[in-house]
Amino acid sequence: MTHFFVLLQKDLLVGWRGRSRLVGLVTYGTSLLLLFSFALGADSAVLREHAAAYLWVALLSASTLLLAQSFQHETEAGALEGLLLVPVSPMALYYAKATANLVLLLFLAVALFPLTAVLFDLQGGISPLRLAAVVTLGSAGLVGPGTLYAALTARLASKQVMLPVLLFPLVIPPVVASVKGTQLALTGDPMGQLVSWLSLLLIFDLLYWSLGGILLGKVLDE
Amino acid sequence: MNKTLLLGALGVLVMLVGHGIGLFYAPPEAYMGDTGRILYVHVPTAWVGMLALTAAFAMAVGALWNGKAIWDSYMEASIEVGVVFSAMLLAQGSIWAKPTWNTWWTWDPRLTTSAIMVVAFIGVLLLRGAVHSPSRRMAFSAVATIIAFVDVPVVYFSVEWWETTHQGFSGRDNVDAVMRFPLLVSLAGTTLLGLAFIKARQRIAWARHLEEERAPDLPETPAPLSLPDPSNQKENLG
Repeated sequence: MTHFFVLLQKDLLVGWRGRSRLVGLVTYGTSLLLLFSFALGADSAVLREHAAAYLWVALLSASTLLLAQSFQHETEAGALEGLLLVPVSPMALYYAKATANLVLLLFLAVALFPLTAVLFDLQGGISPLRLAAVVTLGSAGLVGPGTLYAALTARLASKQVMLPVLLFPLVIPPVVASVKGTQLALTGDPMGQLVSWLSLLLIFDLLYWSLGGILLGKVLDE
Repeated sequence: MNKTLLLGALGVLVMLVGHGIGLFYAPPEAYMGDTGRILYVHVPTAWVGMLALTAAFAMAVGALWNGKAIWDSYMEASIEVGVVFSAMLLAQGSIWAKPTWNTWWTWDPRLTTSAIMVVAFIGVLLLRGAVHSPSRRMAFSAVATIIAFVDVPVVYFSVEWWETTHQGFSGRDNVDAVMRFPLLVSLAGTTLLGLAFIKARQRIAWARHLEEERAPDLPETPAPLSLPDPSNQKENLG
């Protein structure tokens, strides 16, 4: 457990020291949100209706950039081998990395949401608590398998291509659930459907966070 | 005669018998008419696709915990055959959907989850191509296969879990005996053919493994280009 907290602290510190990278990610996400507006035209009703989808596509796209760099420091100059020789359990390493990635992705979501609200003219009736639950579980759904795939592709020459190729098909269920959940949190949930989408996200998160913890050791052994 | 070839030839023969009965002797489907005869091709294709990907998952677990290259070669063969059959499944479904649903594609849960499954496993095959070290390739693709396999039961149960325009499970309750017989014969023939494909593809993977054992591992990242040292030029020319 101590290893987990030390590694988490280290990863968050690295994230904080490289905050210019986070600013870059927020700018990247902003550009994507603007692109959707330009691509679909100025029909504000259509843009408002699909705002949740644009937000999640922007988050998914930005998350691949975030994840691709999460093992960069470890792969440089044999740092990963050093870490494992301490010895640090691969499970602690996975959960620390995934939690740090989750914190950074949530930061990105918090930064992009007000912009989404302004650009797509989201109006009252937003439930902040429900929105927070969907965004947290949805982001966990992206970083759970994403962290494992980031470790898997970190040492490949074609990592920029391989990470989204492996990750995108896999995270379609949490992205769909997050989009539906966000829509319900933004516009109201008279039929009580949000619980089923949150349950789907929770099951997906539990499954992939468990698999990630078990399987990272097998990836690092190589 | 080669056993794999014999298995494949037997598979083709049995499959043709099943398809022949299904096409020429079985009655047309009550609602879809002759279009419903896709049953004898589509269901066996889906079955072999799922079977191959499930076998790939089992081989991946074996490869990861056992570390023997033979598991890896079967995993590679099973994924490739599973992807080919599942892609054929999507193509057949599209051809059937046009006259029946009046569209090539619809975002139905069964169709969508099947498409995700095919793309996820194509990703695993691409990953295998991107990793040069055999032991690393085995571990990485086994992990990716285990992760991607989670979609396979989702595809299978999608007709139960969600409201869908796709037909439910085909079985004793909803397929008449006169149609069930050619379906089972086609299923047996396609399974034999699928197994022959897996065995034949595994042989190629195993041959490459033996070849790689004789050759040293290549680095994952190409070494940086080094320019010739100008100070040595005279020596080289001399």
